[in-house]
Amino acid sequence: MGTGERPLTFFALILPFLAAAAAPLLTRLLKHNAAWVLALAPLWMFSHFAGMLGPVSEGAAIAGGFDWIPSLGVRFSWYIDGLSLTFALLITGIGTLIVLYSGGYLKGHPHQGRFFSFILMFMGAMQGLVVADSFLMLFVFWELTSITSFLLIGFDHAREASRRAALQALVVTGLGGLSLLAGLLVIGAVSGQDDLSGLLASGDLMRNSPLYLAALILLLGGAFTKSAQFPFHFWLPNAMEAPTPVSAYLHSATMVKAGVYLVMRMNPVMGDTVAWETILPLFGGVTLLVGTLLALRQTDLKLMLAYTTVASLGLLVMLTGFGSEKAVEAAVLYLIAHSMFKGALFMVAGLIDHESGTRDIRSLGGLRGAMPVTFAAAILAALSMGGLPLFFGFLAKEEIYAAIAVGGGWATLVTVVAIVGNALMFAIAFAVGLRPFIGAAAKTPKHAHEGPVLLWLGPVVLALSGLIAAMFSTIAHQLLSSPMASAVAGQDLQIDISTIPHIGMPLLHSALTIALGIGAYLALDRLRASMASVLEAIGWGPDRGFDQAIRGLLRLSFGVTKIVQNGRLDIYMTVTFIAVALTLLVPMVLFGELPSVPVFPDLWFYEWTVVAIAVIGLGAVVYAQDRLTAIVSLGIQGFAVALLFMLMGAPDLSFTQFMVETLSVVILALVMTRLRLSVSDHRPTGQKILDVSVAGACGLAFGMLLLKVTQLPFDETLSTFFKNYSLVIAHGRNVVNVIIVDFRGLDTLGEIAVVMITGLAILALIRIRTKDQTVPAKRKGRR
Amino acid sequence: MRTLIFRTAAPYLTSLMLLFSVFVLLRGHNEPGGGFIGGLIAASAFAIYGIAFGVPEVRRSMYFHPMAISGFGLFLAALSGLLSYVFHVPFLTGIWTSPSLFGITVDLSTVMFFDIGVYLVVVGSITSIALALEEREDG
Repeated sequence: MGTGERPLTFFALILPFLAAAAAPLLTRLLKHNAAWVLALAPLWMFSHFAGMLGPVSEGAAIAGGFDWIPSLGVRFSWYIDGLSLTFALLITGIGTLIVLYSGGYLKGHPHQGRFFSFILMFMGAMQGLVVADSFLMLFVFWELTSITSFLLIGFDHAREASRRAALQALVVTGLGGLSLLAGLLVIGAVSGQDDLSGLLASGDLMRNSPLYLAALILLLGGAFTKSAQFPFHFWLPNAMEAPTPVSAYLHSATMVKAGVYLVMRMNPVMGDTVAWETILPLFGGVTLLVGTLLALRQTDLKLMLAYTTVASLGLLVMLTGFGSEKAVEAAVLYLIAHSMFKGALFMVAGLIDHESGTRDIRSLGGLRGAMPVTFAAAILAALSMGGLPLFFGFLAKEEIYAAIAVGGGWATLVTVVAIVGNALMFAIAFAVGLRPFIGAAAKTPKHAHEGPVLLWLGPVVLALSGLIAAMFSTIAHQLLSSPMASAVAGQDLQIDISTIPHIGMPLLHSALTIALGIGAYLALDRLRASMASVLEAIGWGPDRGFDQAIRGLLRLSFGVTKIVQNGRLDIYMTVTFIAVALTLLVPMVLFGELPSVPVFPDLWFYEWTVVAIAVIGLGAVVYAQDRLTAIVSLGIQGFAVALLFMLMGAPDLSFTQFMVETLSVVILALVMTRLRLSVSDHRPTGQKILDVSVAGACGLAFGMLLLKVTQLPFDETLSTFFKNYSLVIAHGRNVVNVIIVDFRGLDTLGEIAVVMITGLAILALIRIRTKDQTVPAKRKGRR
Repeated sequence: MRTLIFRTAAPYLTSLMLLFSVFVLLRGHNEPGGGFIGGLIAASAFAIYGIAFGVPEVRRSMYFHPMAISGFGLFLAALSGLLSYVFHVPFLTGIWTSPSLFGITVDLSTVMFFDIGVYLVVVGSITSIALALEEREDG
């Protein structure tokens, strides 16, 4: 790691987005072979991160970054320790294989370029998430994964099921994101830190805070929705509507692991409390059981895998929350193993689907001859998922049982849950990885044969890496697992488990798991039938609950809109003006801020004349027989006020007032003629009294407000500044105009933008021909 | 409203008012006036023309859609602010230059273009509202 590390890491962070921008064009030029070029991006990132293995495995953390918005204290910074690095390597490594796999899987798809673009953007978001240091960056990338996964799940947007799944994922993970944001704010407020590296150094600060529980619940709200913990698990299986590369990537190694990452990241500062060690194992354990049981019910290969992913995430959360160093080690090993075998199995499922035309396990069989390479990859991955010796999954499982078999009621319960869950996952692993390949050849929609290299490369590499990592477990532990476990535990941990089985409780538990698993595999059809009948008996699930919640929300908003937006202009106006009068009057009365009675003004006779004209104009408005006369009379009053401004020495104000009054009369008259109202006023007496009181209250309120304002001592700082510097700094003698265009230029820019938007809105209102032809009048003016 | 006197006077009135609006706009930096008030004057000029000769006539004489004029104004105002970045001063800082044309010194500034932007936004928005309202009356 030389001095060039910082720009290179930054480049690695933005490279996927650059590649995403180039993807559509490349795909147009090279068709599906663009995958070979695009895969170079994640491959380079992988090698860049791999270069960090040396220092990180020695316990160093690589931090870097630069100021983003210095005035707000926002930094674009990263912090790469063992945990981040392992995640980054999984994301970029599997990402490389997924890009290649997508090249083969979506070959000839009209929107393949778009797909590459989406998946690379997702990769960038995910990578940013796991290396982010500042809370803000963490949150931004977290949300970015939600948004890009929305695009990916809904990729096949012509189908309703895809759109629903995408929306569901976005709603669930988006809500979780808000919860996370709140949690991060609480943590920031308590600890005074705004980045993870600072937080990790804060010791027991969070645990001792009275706000600990609130922060924990908010944080877990984010983590549990993202990582599909029960009862938020339903979006994950639905997200299988996405093309298989998406499932293989998002739902094996990345997106859904983001929640696990967050929990692991917070373990050193938030873990080791009663709440932590109760909530996490509880939700994790329930998720593990629910996931595996629901997986039994499925016949679709992808859905079976999806539910076991839910179960695996539950297992990971359960282990992280168990609270011992061994459990952390187990979680780390299982996470690495799961990323490899689940990615491979998803790709195998897609490959089978792609080549045979179906993913239904009941109509698949005997593919071993037609797809030997796929079969090899599938069986290797299944062996790892089943936790059989020689594979990385075995290490994970041994470590799990070693960690939780510590005696005591709670640990025994956890052990039972783990054994049942693992046994069922074993059954599913072989149902996906073995069953389609053995037995008599079944008749499939397409004549199955081996897929192209782009398709089988990914699963083969991943499945083999599960074997190789276990073979050379010492090196794997030293480089990946131990640094990661140390980062999660917050203290130095050395993992030393190897593939050679040791006689003891863990092995016994493993053997029990495998025996149960084989039994479940053989009885799969019967188990599926009984699960189906149980689920039918229950009938309701969170998935349907989601629909009901959305429908209820829609109905509620329709109801509220009906009450609030009833379409009657006079009611809107009455409510608005009553609100205005109350806002002005109530504080004045409550806080005793009423203005004192003003002294009688000393005016010249012609000034009194103008005031009289204004009053006459107002009287004419009230007594006018038809509307046009009323509008013109209002104009008289306005002109009189403009004249007063002129006499009192405010030519600019007066000038503008003249023009505004003129245009108001013209526009009001135009609006009135369009409204096709009757010429005169037919309001009943009650209505008249109400209108008069509202108008009177508003007038009174504004009058008193102005009186009060003028009675307050006048702060001359600003006017002196403007007077003194208008000519010197801004080269203008007209102070008013200099303020508008120079001193307060930004305000004016905003104001003219508002003027234009208002114009557009009014234009749109006029153009829309509604049934009752009503158009709200809008007086425009300024000052 | 379409009396002979009004129809005869309207073109002169409109031209005078437009000329006056530009005058008010440009002198605004030192005397009462400015982009906002100038824009209002120009908008009423177009309103008068519209009342006298009808909306199609105004649209033809304006050539551009009033909303396009408004949009261009906003663009111009923002652009005049952005120019300050070239000189490494904060957004919207006024930049002045006084070139000499035929022996007369002319003060030019980004502030002036900003004010012209304000003028165009006001003319465009108000005129398009007024015209839209008048149009439906005709139809």
